[in-house]
Amino acid sequence: MSGTGGKGHLSAIALVAPLFLFIAVFFLWPLGTMMSQAVSDTAVLRILPQTAKVAASWDPETPPTAEMKDALAADLRAADDRQAVGDMTRRLNSAQPGFRTLMSRTTRALRKDDAPPLSEIDERWDDPRFWQAITGALSPTTDRYLLAAVDLERDVSGNIVAMPEEASANRDIMIRTFWIGALVTLACLAIGFPYAMLIASTEGWKRQLLLGAVLLPLWTSLLVRTAAWFIILQDNGLINAVITGLGISSEPLALIFNRTGVVIAMTHVLLPLMVLPIYSVLISIPGNLMPAAASLGANPLRAFVRVLLPLSLRGVASGSLLVFMTAIGYYITPALIGGAGDQMISSVIAFYATGSANWGMAGALGIVLLVVTLLLYAVYGRLSAAEERRS
Amino acid sequence: MLLKSARLTFGTLAVIFLLAPLIAILPLAFTSSQFLTYPIPEFSLRWFDELFTAAAWRRAIFNSLVIGGGTTVLATVLGTLAALGLRNWNLPFKGTVRTLFLLPMVVPAVVMGVGMQVLFVQFGIASSYFGVIVAHTIVAIPFVVVSVIGGLGGIDRRVELAAASLGASPVTVFRRVTLPLAMPGILSGAVLAFATSLDEVVLTLFVAGPNQRTLARQMFATIRENISPAIAAAAFLFIVGTIALAIIALLVRRQIAARRGG
Repeated sequence: MSGTGGKGHLSAIALVAPLFLFIAVFFLWPLGTMMSQAVSDTAVLRILPQTAKVAASWDPETPPTAEMKDALAADLRAADDRQAVGDMTRRLNSAQPGFRTLMSRTTRALRKDDAPPLSEIDERWDDPRFWQAITGALSPTTDRYLLAAVDLERDVSGNIVAMPEEASANRDIMIRTFWIGALVTLACLAIGFPYAMLIASTEGWKRQLLLGAVLLPLWTSLLVRTAAWFIILQDNGLINAVITGLGISSEPLALIFNRTGVVIAMTHVLLPLMVLPIYSVLISIPGNLMPAAASLGANPLRAFVRVLLPLSLRGVASGSLLVFMTAIGYYITPALIGGAGDQMISSVIAFYATGSANWGMAGALGIVLLVVTLLLYAVYGRLSAAEERRS
Repeated sequence: MLLKSARLTFGTLAVIFLLAPLIAILPLAFTSSQFLTYPIPEFSLRWFDELFTAAAWRRAIFNSLVIGGGTTVLATVLGTLAALGLRNWNLPFKGTVRTLFLLPMVVPAVVMGVGMQVLFVQFGIASSYFGVIVAHTIVAIPFVVVSVIGGLGGIDRRVELAAASLGASPVTVFRRVTLPLAMPGILSGAVLAFATSLDEVVLTLFVAGPNQRTLARQMFATIRENISPAIAAAAFLFIVGTIALAIIALLVRRQIAARRGG
C-alpha cells in the first residue's frame, strides 16, 4: 500500500491510467485536431485525387495537358458530396477569381452522358493560371490560416506580406482582447489589493464577512452574475433609475452593450481571482513588521511602500496573471453585455467555428489564444512554485 | 480616525459591489411583470410556474440534471482514482501528470470547443448526451483532482500502516480507513463537478444538439434573444442552491474538524 517496489508502481499507474487516457482522448486529441485544422488544406485534394497524381509532373509554365483535363473530369464526375465540392470551389476561387462560374458550368456539363472535353465546355480550362491555382491548392498543408490570423498573407510569388487594411481585422481584435484584459486586470487590482489588505487587517466576524463577500460570487454561476449585471446596467435598470431619480441626468447613461458594461461585469466576475492570491500572501507576512517599521520612524505611507508592498508583490503578480489569463479567453460576458465592438478573440473563434464553418481560421486563432494562455500559465506556475518553496 | 472611516467606506462599497448584483436579481424572480425591471408591480410566482411548466425550461432542467449527474459520476470516479494513484506515485513526471490533469481549467473553453466539435463528429458522439457529459467531465476533472488530493493530503499515513500491521488486507485498509478519511475531499470534488457542469455554456454550445439544451444554455439564449423574468427565477434557484451547498460544505468541514479534534 505504501508504494514501495514494483507492485506499488504498478498500482499507482493502474489508478492514474483511466484519467490519463480520458484526458488524452477527449482533451489533448481535440486540441491536436484544432491545431491540425489550422494547417490542413485538403478541400481540393479530397475531391481531385487523380488530378493531383497526373498534375505532379506538369510544368506550370506550359499549357495544361490532355491527361490532366481527363483526370479532372473523372474526379469531378466521381465527386458526390455537394458540400465538399462547394468547399473546393470556394478554396479555388480565393486563389483565382472566376472559378465559381467555371466550376458550376463544368459540373453541370459533366452531368450529361455525352459531355464534351473540358476545353469545349469552357476555354478557361486552357489557361495555365487556373491550373496553377489547382496545383497550388493541392498541398495538404498550408500556412495561410496562421498567417491570416495575424493579418498576413502570401503574395503571388509566395512572399509573406501584410494583408490589405480592409481585408482582415484580426490584429485589431487581438489588441482589443489584450486591452480589455488589461483594463479588467487594472480594475481588479485597484479594488482587489486594498480589499485584500482590509481582510488581512481585520479579525473575527468582520474577516468572515469580507471573505464571504468574495467567495459567494465566486461560487455563484457565471450566467447568474452576468444576468444580474444585465439587470443592473440596462437603460431602465437600477443604476439608471437612481441617476434619473436623483436628477443627476435626465437621459439614462449607456452602460450596457458597450465597453463600460463589459469591464464592470468582468471586473466583478474576476475580482475574487485577484483578492484571494494577494490575501494568502498578506496573511503570511508577520503582523509585527509594520509596527516595527513605524517604530523605526517610517510614516505609514513609507512603511507601506518599503515593507508591505514589496512583500505582497508576488501575490499581486499571481493575481494579475490569473485575472488577465482568464479575461482574454472570456466569451459569455462580452457576448451578453458587450456590443459588436467589444467582442474578443473567443467570440471570433466561435463565429468562425459555429457560424461560418471556417475551421481553418477558427483553429489558427485558437492556436494564438492557446499559446498566449499557456505562456501566461507557465509564468504563473513558476511564481506559485517559488511561493511554495519559500513557505 | 480619518483612515478608519476611509477603510469603512471602502469596505462597505466593495462589499456592495460584490454582493449587490446577486441580491438585486433575487426579488425580480417574484415579479408579475413581463419585464425584468424595477419597480416590481406585484409579487407573483408566475415565472417559477413558467420555469417548471414551459416545455423548453422543463427540458433544460431535466437535461442539466442528467448531464450534471453523469458528469459528477464520471469526473468523481476518474479524478478520485487518479488522485489515489498520484499519492502513491514514486515515478518521475509526477508534476507533469498533475499539471496535465489541471490543464483543462486553464485552456480557454472556446479553444477546446473547436477541437471537440470536429472530433466528436468523427467519433459519432456529437449532439449526444454522452458527448456533452464527456465535454463537461473534462472541465470538471481539475476541481475533483485538486479537491481529492487536498483531502488525501490530510490523512496520516501511520493510521493506514497501523491498520495493515493489525492484519488488514490492502483492500480492507482502503475500504475501512483510506476511503472514509478521504470522503470529504471526494464529496466536495463531486459537488464542484456538478456545479461546473450546471454552469457550463461554451462547450455545450459546441458539442450539444438541440436535444441536449441545458439550463445554462437555455439561460444564455434567453438573455441573448428575449430576456424575461424566467431568468431571474432560474437565477434564484441557482443562488439558493449555491448557498445551500456552501452551508452543507461548511457543516461537513466542521464535523471533520470535530472528529479530528476529538
